[in-house]
Amino acid sequence: MNPFSSGTRLRDMIRAIRACKTAAEERAVVRKECAAIRAAINENDQDYRHRNLAKLMFIHMLGYPTHFGQMECLKLIASPGFPEKRIGYLGLMLLLDERQEVLMLVTNSVKQDLNHTNQYIVGLALCALGNICSAEMARDLAPEVERLLQFRDPNIRKKAALCSIRIIKKVPDLAENFINPVAALLKEKHHGVLITGIQLCTDLCKVSPEALEYFRKKCTDGLVRTLRDLVNSPYAPEYDIAGITDPFLHIRLLKLLRVLGQGDADASDAMNDILAQVATKTESNKNAGNAILYECVETIMSIEDNGGLRVLAINILGRFLSNRDNNIRYVALNMLMRAITVDAQAVQRHRSTILECVKDSDASIRKRALELVYLLVNESNVKPLTKELVDYLEVSDQDFKGDLTAKICSIIEKFSPEKIWYIDQMLKVLTEAGNFVKDEVWHALVVVISNASDLHGYTVRALFRALQTTAEQESLVRVAVWCIGEYGDLLVNNAGMLNVEDPITVTESDAVDVVESAIKRHASDLTTKSMALIALLKLSSRFPSCSGRIKDIVVQHKGSLVLELQQRSLEFNSIIEKHQNIRSALVERMPVLDEASFGGRRASSLPNTVSTSNGTAVKLPNGVAKPSAAPLVDLLDLSDDVPAPSSSGGDFLQDLLGVDLAPATQSGTSQAPKAGTDVLLDLLSIGSNPAQDNSVSTPDILSSAQDHKPAIASLDVLAAPSNMMDLLDGFTPAPPKPANNGPAYPSIVAFESSSLRLTFNFSKQPGNPQTTTISGTFTNLSSNVFTDFVFQAAVPKFLQLHLDPASGNSLPASGNGTITQSLKVTNSQHGKKPLVMRLRIAYKVDGKDVLEEGQINNFPRDL
Amino acid sequence: MGIRFILMVNKQGQTRLAQYYEWLTLEERRALEGDIVRKCLARNEQQCSFVEHSNYKIVYRRYASLFFLVGVDNDENELAILEFIHLLVETMDRHFGNVCELDIMFHLEKAHFMLEEMVMNGCIVETSKSNILSPIQLMEKTS
Repeated sequence: MNPFSSGTRLRDMIRAIRACKTAAEERAVVRKECAAIRAAINENDQDYRHRNLAKLMFIHMLGYPTHFGQMECLKLIASPGFPEKRIGYLGLMLLLDERQEVLMLVTNSVKQDLNHTNQYIVGLALCALGNICSAEMARDLAPEVERLLQFRDPNIRKKAALCSIRIIKKVPDLAENFINPVAALLKEKHHGVLITGIQLCTDLCKVSPEALEYFRKKCTDGLVRTLRDLVNSPYAPEYDIAGITDPFLHIRLLKLLRVLGQGDADASDAMNDILAQVATKTESNKNAGNAILYECVETIMSIEDNGGLRVLAINILGRFLSNRDNNIRYVALNMLMRAITVDAQAVQRHRSTILECVKDSDASIRKRALELVYLLVNESNVKPLTKELVDYLEVSDQDFKGDLTAKICSIIEKFSPEKIWYIDQMLKVLTEAGNFVKDEVWHALVVVISNASDLHGYTVRALFRALQTTAEQESLVRVAVWCIGEYGDLLVNNAGMLNVEDPITVTESDAVDVVESAIKRHASDLTTKSMALIALLKLSSRFPSCSGRIKDIVVQHKGSLVLELQQRSLEFNSIIEKHQNIRSALVERMPVLDEASFGGRRASSLPNTVSTSNGTAVKLPNGVAKPSAAPLVDLLDLSDDVPAPSSSGGDFLQDLLGVDLAPATQSGTSQAPKAGTDVLLDLLSIGSNPAQDNSVSTPDILSSAQDHKPAIASLDVLAAPSNMMDLLDGFTPAPPKPANNGPAYPSIVAFESSSLRLTFNFSKQPGNPQTTTISGTFTNLSSNVFTDFVFQAAVPKFLQLHLDPASGNSLPASGNGTITQSLKVTNSQHGKKPLVMRLRIAYKVDGKDVLEEGQINNFPRDL
Repeated sequence: MGIRFILMVNKQGQTRLAQYYEWLTLEERRALEGDIVRKCLARNEQQCSFVEHSNYKIVYRRYASLFFLVGVDNDENELAILEFIHLLVETMDRHFGNVCELDIMFHLEKAHFMLEEMVMNGCIVETSKSNILSPIQLMEKTS
């Protein structure tokens, strides 16, 4: 026998460990002890098992692995002596957990011990079972435990009750067996049994609705009586804490009453009196009393309405809030969160106190108060509240700033009464804490800015001013750079001045300075630099005089080691130098980004929806057939490969802003045209399954007519590029395939209105039944010429649509001429579902825009 | 449910007693203990005794050189837990007689037995000191 191992007593080992000065020494000592213990286990050493296990537990507490000792626990449990059993069970609880298979081996020992004559051993077994039994063990041993619920000794009864809690949690089916014994337990006098019985009852009600009903009917009165006795009871030295008899029992009773009273008016009535008594009589100068009051208020808030009680509760809350003790204030804030759902008005009265708490020195109180403020915000108080919060943002700690910023941004977004206020507040937040602002938030800001067309000038000037003062906040720089690029002309011309603004003079070169410094800044990251490059491109078109200087700046990144910057630099340089005639068309003002769909997409980013509407719509813009792989510039990149579909909502904006830096994408360059495409997506998402969230956005699209004008204008721009494609090397739109030699289908009048008729002729290729080529003919039935004629169509998910260029965009009056356009539809559910299509036709009559829409349901069935 | 764990930690951050009522791996435990202890030790006297950590709350109290930390569910009554910690300390005091950190360290199993009598599976079993201690004293006599 190794003299060292068994010789060391627990305290000697502890002394040795304490004497270690470094972690390495400690590890060495522990390792030696573990080795010794392992040796002792292997030799099946009887005498010192007890001691070894105690040592193992200490080592386990320090955090070292001790699984080799698990079998020892089992052996100790199986031995007849009481001390061995005791430490064996303790070891079992500490070193094992319910997931170990070893636990099953214990089941038999535990069963025997549950039937032991020595009640302390029974207690040990119950304790161990209650702490770590697994579901199988629970099932096996449940009958024993049930029996023990009626044991003569109260100590055993209370342990059995707690053990039952675990059993019904693990095996909810057994809950019914416990209902009757528990009803008996609730009538006990012994506090220990009562408290555990109540806890068992509470859990039973959570697990089984029948139990809840039963207890509600039979036991509510009894419980109310018990609570009353407890409150009125004389001094009991055993359970007295700070002058109150057994506050824990008070609290547990209140909790159970809460569960029983919630949602049930009768039960709530029965408890009204006692709740009022507790609320008024309990002394609140000690913590125990306050704990009871807290629980009481929680219960009052949860049960069915009783005006008087609620007033009482809110008064208590008010008292707590102004207490000097931080613990009490924290608890009060907690309660107020619950109270908001019940009585928001009352909570609003305490708003100023809560705002004070947001600025408290205690971190936990700050957090709670901030959440509470967030719940309190509504349309009427959003402005002053936000002002307070933004002011506080400047002085708050770094670790709190993140939370605070996120909350402020979401408050601003949800409740902003008007756009100018929104933009102002967001600018303040960006200036102060831009680094904490998440990407979706500043994306949303950009969407709002682009929608507020009358505020463009104001916004860009404000951003310019902001950048002069602070340029460290990354998000601020990005938003500013984007705006200056987009609305630089407004900046310089001081267009759209509002009354509240001071006049500033900004020359073109000032604007370029600002963007240049954004690029040159050491701290700017890749996204910012990329955005700055695009902004420069836009500026070079808007400020032709600075074009040369801009070119020089852009060219500096020609040799950048980052691929994205290098590519942009080269491409933009090439546009500035060689393609001046298309430059202005390329970078003209972006069409308004649709808020509703962006908001919808952000809220519920459903990649499937996005990708399919992308997939179908993308092929639609008039006349732009998919170009073959571009050598350098894929300007009108309408290919539906990875970037757009795979992105969820927020990334759409990333693509638009040209900052989608996912690999294998060249979409970064095609900013303006892509924006047009995306707007199309929104417009044409009417064609997708109405069940998806796109349907939410469509009413907005279709109703807000003003958004269409710029969108349609840009479509004209797109129509033009079909010629532009010839300028760029080697693209030719694929000629529309002639319909030939398929089975004949009757042509239909797809759409007819008082001024326009559209006829479809069908044909199919012989080997390809799923694809139909449709040749559409537009006839003008009115006596006015239609100009700028644009046809768009959208189809549901199971169809794929491809539009070829129209023969022209001017439709002579009274049927004197026609426009033809060819479409190709592929039906993945060919034979199961017929074709269906929605159309939108836009044209100008005498300079006025006209829009016609419709749905085609009369396709021949077998297409 | 209710109580998730009970820890006693000294000012240097060394754990003196750890009782978990839910299962965590060894690494998780160490990480958790390190994290929480750092947070609690950094707070000063005036700040409130409740700290929020992931999805539960920690209620803590300092007695001389030892911190008592109890991790509870979010819906638990914090003030009651504060009372419970005090009850725990008083019980240990009565049992060991003027308890100090070394007592707990060297008689770890006794501290565990006592805790077992008070809390089981995360629920408070018994709140009367005499009821807690009498079985323990009896058991001491027999062993």
